[in-house]
Amino acid sequence: MSPELIKMGAYIGAGLAGIGSGVSAIGVGIVAGNYLAGALRNPSAAAGQLTWMFVGMAFAEALGIFSFLVAILLMFVV
Amino acid sequence: MANGEAQSGLTLHPLEQFGVHPLFGGHEVHWYTITNQTLWLAIGVLCVFALFVVAANARALVPGRGQNAAELIYSFIHNMVRDVTGEDALPYFPFILTLFLFVFFANTLSLIPMSFAVTSHVAVTGILAITVFLSVTLLGFFKHGTHFLDLFWVRSAPFPMRFVLAPIELISYFVRPVSHSIRLAGNMMAGHAVIEVFAGFATILVISPISIIAITAMYGLEVLVAVVQAYIFTILTCVYLKDAMHPSH
Repeated sequence: MSPELIKMGAYIGAGLAGIGSGVSAIGVGIVAGNYLAGALRNPSAAAGQLTWMFVGMAFAEALGIFSFLVAILLMFVV
Repeated sequence: MANGEAQSGLTLHPLEQFGVHPLFGGHEVHWYTITNQTLWLAIGVLCVFALFVVAANARALVPGRGQNAAELIYSFIHNMVRDVTGEDALPYFPFILTLFLFVFFANTLSLIPMSFAVTSHVAVTGILAITVFLSVTLLGFFKHGTHFLDLFWVRSAPFPMRFVLAPIELISYFVRPVSHSIRLAGNMMAGHAVIEVFAGFATILVISPISIIAITAMYGLEVLVAVVQAYIFTILTCVYLKDAMHPSH
């Protein structure tokens, strides 16, 4: 295959990997929104669960970071 | 694209800032070469030393500013280890505090302009994550022997389901060091690269005010991200430690 074609494929793939970031943003939003909804229902329990919100956010966010990494690898390494 | 770069003076190399260069001449990097990576690692360690050894050395009854900050961080992490992992994990608290301080200072020091983002390299965060992973796994086997494998053989699930759950649990266990390290490195790298991209736009006169405002906003977000990622790195260590101390649930 010609190098231009490979480069084009890599850039298209990098752009598609951006979808992953958006989807993980939805996940982080669900975590934060549900935390807020729960906190407003029972504010006295909110402080104790802040930790678990961050843990959930971290897990949701990690996959978005993976897709970012895939995009970076496709753009600069392949 | 090459023409556009030449005309507008727009050159985007967002990942160039993460390059490791020898500080004192030469181009080859050996294990003993002092690079910008080494320098900023050392500065991070010195900051930890300055805060916790020099500033808190007086052990005054009425603490000064430095000692106050040190005590704040100390009690914050102490409470975190106790709440997340449990009372019996407090012997491992010094390691977790050290981990937090190192990641915290490495993250925040990288926000100084022209500095070097130590934690944006998977080589650094990977070593930290593998250290946590190996020590937690060994600890689990030392504490519980073969009962540690209950983590993968879920006894609370119905018997046929355990065969399905075992490979899932195994994979999710072994992917831990990967996600643990790449989360921190990826977050730091992404934020710095975004700031660099906006800084590249600042050379174009028309959109430079927008890009300067965007840099300022991103910088504020990055301060938050640097602290939160240090917090998350530490709290995940606590969560993993909890799995090793109490594998049954």
